Amino acid sequence: MALPQLKQDTTEARLAGLTRPEGAGWLTSARAAAEARVRAMGLPGRRDEYWKYTRPDTLTAPVAPKAATFESGETPLFDAIDRLRVVFVDGVFSAEESDNIALEGIEIERLSDAAGRDIHWAKDLYGALETAGQDPVERPLAALNTGFATDGVVIRVTGRPIRPVNIVYLHRDDSSDAMLHHVIRVEEGASLTLLENGPAAARLNVVTEVDVADTGAFHHVRTMGRDHERRAATHIFGRLGREATFKSFTATMNGQLTRNECVLELIGDDAIAHVAGVCVGDGDFHHDDTVFITHDAVNCESRQVFKKVLRNGATGVFQGKILVKDGAQKTDGYQISQSLLLDEDSQFLAKPELEIYADDVACSHGSTSGAIDETALFYLRSRGVAQAEATDLLTLAFLAEAVEEIEDEALRDEIVNRLEHWLLRRRG
Amino acid sequence: MTALDEVEVKDGVDQETVDAVRGLAGAYKYGWETDVEMEYAPKGLTPDIVRLISKNNDEPEWMTEWRLQAYERWLQKEEPDWAMVDYPQIDFQDQYYYARPKSFDQKPKSLDEVDPKLLETYAKLGIPLKEQMILAGVEGAEAAPAEGRKVAVDAVFDSVSVGTTFQAELKKAGVIFCSISEAIREHPELVKKYLGSVVPVNDNFYATLNSAVFSDGSFVYVPPGVRCPMELSTYFRINAENTGQFERTLIIADKGSYVSYLEGCTAPQRDVAQLHAAVVEIIIEEDAEVKYSTVQNWFPGDENGKGGIYNFVTKRADCRGDRAKVMWTQVETGSAVTWKYPSCILRGDDSQGEFYSIAITNNYQQADTGTKMIHLGKNTKSRIVSKGISAGHAQNTYRGLVSMHPKAKNSRNYTQCDSLLIGSECGAHTVPYIEVRNNSSRVEHEATTSKVDDDQLFYCRQRGMDEEEAVALVVNGFCKEVLQALPMEFAMEAQQLVAISLEGSVG
Repeated sequence: MALPQLKQDTTEARLAGLTRPEGAGWLTSARAAAEARVRAMGLPGRRDEYWKYTRPDTLTAPVAPKAATFESGETPLFDAIDRLRVVFVDGVFSAEESDNIALEGIEIERLSDAAGRDIHWAKDLYGALETAGQDPVERPLAALNTGFATDGVVIRVTGRPIRPVNIVYLHRDDSSDAMLHHVIRVEEGASLTLLENGPAAARLNVVTEVDVADTGAFHHVRTMGRDHERRAATHIFGRLGREATFKSFTATMNGQLTRNECVLELIGDDAIAHVAGVCVGDGDFHHDDTVFITHDAVNCESRQVFKKVLRNGATGVFQGKILVKDGAQKTDGYQISQSLLLDEDSQFLAKPELEIYADDVACSHGSTSGAIDETALFYLRSRGVAQAEATDLLTLAFLAEAVEEIEDEALRDEIVNRLEHWLLRRRG
Repeated sequence: MTALDEVEVKDGVDQETVDAVRGLAGAYKYGWETDVEMEYAPKGLTPDIVRLISKNNDEPEWMTEWRLQAYERWLQKEEPDWAMVDYPQIDFQDQYYYARPKSFDQKPKSLDEVDPKLLETYAKLGIPLKEQMILAGVEGAEAAPAEGRKVAVDAVFDSVSVGTTFQAELKKAGVIFCSISEAIREHPELVKKYLGSVVPVNDNFYATLNSAVFSDGSFVYVPPGVRCPMELSTYFRINAENTGQFERTLIIADKGSYVSYLEGCTAPQRDVAQLHAAVVEIIIEEDAEVKYSTVQNWFPGDENGKGGIYNFVTKRADCRGDRAKVMWTQVETGSAVTWKYPSCILRGDDSQGEFYSIAITNNYQQADTGTKMIHLGKNTKSRIVSKGISAGHAQNTYRGLVSMHPKAKNSRNYTQCDSLLIGSECGAHTVPYIEVRNNSSRVEHEATTSKVDDDQLFYCRQRGMDEEEAVALVVNGFCKEVLQALPMEFAMEAQQLVAISLEGSVG
């Protein structure tokens, strides 16, 4: 079917400003196929059902809207943790600021280096999970990324590295437009912790494809930087084998527009997938979590826990879906999305969906929205806790269920600390 | 089956058990057809057909124009495809849009003049069109003490209203209850003011189609401060083949009034799917309350998914005044395809909307149903309880919207939708939309999907029930919250329906 004219125009205008990066045959053909997919789908528009609550125009515009850089003066996140830093500045790899990219138990290199090789393990993965994730719902921004991402990191995990890998995204140019694509393969029995932090660019489009083999484990903790005006569209595509574990947590503070999509497919029995997120938004802030989890194996577990604190007219969106395919018996699916609206102007828009074709399953979803609990507030006040402090305490308590999804205590403390500071800055 | 039907409900015998067992005995009970000579308008939909329907109803010019405008709009509209239902393309030109019994050439002036065959039809359905104290729709209810409970019935047969009972008595109370065609002739000022004011002509594809070709339906007006002295009910029967039924119901509850309205429907068993596209509009003024209950039992198609009714219905209630209250209760067991979202617009401050639904799908049935709660006024409250049961190869979807507008301060919504799957070939889906645009409102949504609890089944089996009985009992328990909201006339029938629809699903 032909695309509507407006959609076609938007798509062509965006594509006109992009050039496909050079690379070996396998990568070039994957990129060409992705470009064809973008043309066939068209970039998202306001009238698309999947973009009902988020306006995609600034994400699809040919030129990224400017975003002032922001120097918080804070110690970099995860500084207390022994980690391997891979630094991108405005979407460009910085060798000087990165650590020496070598770690026992993993093979790690830049996408642009891998691109130069005719034979590479990433050949079967690059764009493959993204392609699989286009059905039943189209994600054109991810296909655009596969076609035109300039760099990224490819990681193959064969052991259990002692240090986590930390991708740091620095933003120094107010008009930068970054597109990065990461490919991660966790081999059987292997395990990786991936940390990501920083605002990356004025506009960021990042795709992470994660293939977790049988009994492999992938842990992911990410924060998205404090720059107020940045925009981001991120996609994680995950595939889980038998007894594989996938746990991802994202904290978002500030940013004008964020759309985080997470698309997981559980194809091996007894796999576990947890996706969690907190966002704290103030003012001109629009945050969208879109999650799609497909159960296609027996006895798998999935959890989605999303909490949003919104004030001064901020908007929180949650679109979550659990799809249990025919035969995916004994599925345990759980989904909760909650928002705490700190004032009259903020809003929360949610679409928590279930689609179930197997009878021996337990799936539940819950979604709530409301103001701070006056009774709890009164209780704390009556115990001598000041109003502002009491409000913050209750806000942190509200976020706790999601934050607790982070298994590692040191990482969890880092995140809680950031959230406390965010609240503290807004007191008074 | 006969033997079971003759069982009298004795004191001390659990009505539920008897009904369940009775229900298990038979398949679709309303699948027979009445043999009366029918008169059809030519097949297809053209402006001439629209004019013909209007003429047959002796409508004034403005109504004909209204319909023609709707027809023009319909031509511009596209059939919605977002629902999780799958059915062959409908050829809208291969349908009859108007069918009435030949004996209606001359409109019968009273029920005494109506063709006895038609009266028999309704008697057979358990809806006697006689003014007597009786519980409508419940077999064997003659034995039960009726104690002055009266139900006024408007019976619609294909495209025409056969008759309305208790009209005189209702008139004494000031309540107008008649067919919509009669209302257009007798009360044009009310119809003009309210028709299309809740569901606009161009609201959606099927509502627009209905606006152009609706043939009959019921009209209710309850004047200020009046508590309608009896329950009102409309019974829709599709009888003719290849004929769509397009009824239109308009209910107006003026300030401080109360009315409880029941709707029932059945159709003969046929191989070819038939279309039913109705529109129900309810206007509720200050302090008024309307209860609208439906037991939808259209022919669901046979066990191979052949035939059945396509039920594409737009129902909406507008709580215009402060403290207005509406309650939708629906039991959906019939229809091959259901596309139905009874909605509440809570415009008045402190107004309340409630939606209770049980949707049961079996064999190849598909249901995409739910509600919309649109909170506009302050301190508005809504509650949604939806239970979906899917068996065989059926697909059952709850689709709903809860929207809290910025001005709807201190509003409250609670939604609970549960799904039960019986068998491994069916599906249950939940698609809620939640939009909260102010912080003083609280919205809670909960949904679960599970299969019939093995422990509960085991417990029942251990007490000597066979497996089907046990499933029916567990399911009835699961549905209890909804069934309790039904008026008594329906509660019993509904429990029976729960058992019928699950027949054959275990094993």
